[in-house]
Amino acid sequence: MPSHHPSEEMLMDYAAGSLAEAPALLVATHLALCPECRHRVSAFEALGGVLLEELSPAPLGAEALDAVLARLDDPAALEPPPRTPRATVTAAPATPPRPAPLLPEPLRSYAGGDPDTIAWRRVIGGIEEHVLPVARTDFKACLYRIAPGVVVPRHTHGRSEMLLVLEGAVRDRGMRFGRGDVSFADGGIDHSPAAEPERPCICLAVLDGPLRLTGPIGRWLNRFVKL
Amino acid sequence: MSDTRSDEGRAPNDLLLAVARGGDRAAFSALFRHFAPRLKAYLTRLGAEGALADELVQEVMLTVWRRAGDFDPAQASAATWIFTIARNRRIDGLRREARPEIDPSDPALVPGAPEAADRAIETSQDTARLHAAIAGLPGEQSELLRLAYYEDQPHSAIAERTGLPLGTVKSRLRLALGRLRRTLVDE
Repeated sequence: MPSHHPSEEMLMDYAAGSLAEAPALLVATHLALCPECRHRVSAFEALGGVLLEELSPAPLGAEALDAVLARLDDPAALEPPPRTPRATVTAAPATPPRPAPLLPEPLRSYAGGDPDTIAWRRVIGGIEEHVLPVARTDFKACLYRIAPGVVVPRHTHGRSEMLLVLEGAVRDRGMRFGRGDVSFADGGIDHSPAAEPERPCICLAVLDGPLRLTGPIGRWLNRFVKL
Repeated sequence: MSDTRSDEGRAPNDLLLAVARGGDRAAFSALFRHFAPRLKAYLTRLGAEGALADELVQEVMLTVWRRAGDFDPAQASAATWIFTIARNRRIDGLRREARPEIDPSDPALVPGAPEAADRAIETSQDTARLHAAIAGLPGEQSELLRLAYYEDQPHSAIAERTGLPLGTVKSRLRLALGRLRRTLVDE
């Protein structure tokens, strides 16, 4: 079970529906790996239900109910399909049983597959990325694959960086982040996370605002690298 | 509600289960009369105006009708379940974004402990306690809770809007959540 979780505020914003798509993708992927946080989100949804009950009713047009009743059996008024492609839900085990995918949903659909089947782009030595499609351009969501032992150059952030580790582990600011763990770096934090030496690390990163490298070499690299 | 039909007095959970079991139109109409005006208030506060709010309410209630079979009273109250449908509809309809969610049948999902059989009773008691707990919160705390749910804004934007420092918004919400949690855990 993960030991570093999204903040309580972030879980609440996810339950309330006010979190933008990119951070919501990170929270939902953490939820797939963390039953404890799923429970917390359910409690925040229950709060949403109670607050809905307490709203002062706003009258609808007199014909609203009749209009809905007339549409109940209307086959043309089917629901819009969900915007995220859903993985097939067939639960029948293949023979021989295949191992569970590395990336849980909803992340796997956003990435278009597991890390061994998707395309990676080299960023700098030892770091590759796979950019994920999200609606808003003020956020960036991507997968990073960091080679064993590689240290990400020291950097700060325009606003914030969230990482969710999916394979391997990252050491940052004296802490260890393994599968399912969330690391949050605020705008002012100057840090340089490192992949553990045993194996590559794959993580989901959500960046809010541009990233700036701050070490002497990093400042020079800023001109060439778009992280 | 001045309607005196017998369905109007039934609890929303029972009405929703009646819809799920047999496509009970009278039960659905009672659910509509109870929830549609609240859904309209919710969607209006989130920026849906006039005819658009009415249209979104109708779509939410149609989804309630079609998916009633998925409702599980052991997991959530009717109000909570309908809230999540309205929330997803407005993210899609008002913000034009996808709503990333887990897939409960995903083989990569880490399963939780199985729910206890008496969970449905707990859920309804939780709901009653939550109502009481919210009513007992200081005004400044309950107002922030409402902003968090009825304004399409994360915490940082609420801080900007209310002119309160972000730390104050977070600490007031933490106080509110702490009180709500004690209500649910300790009683």
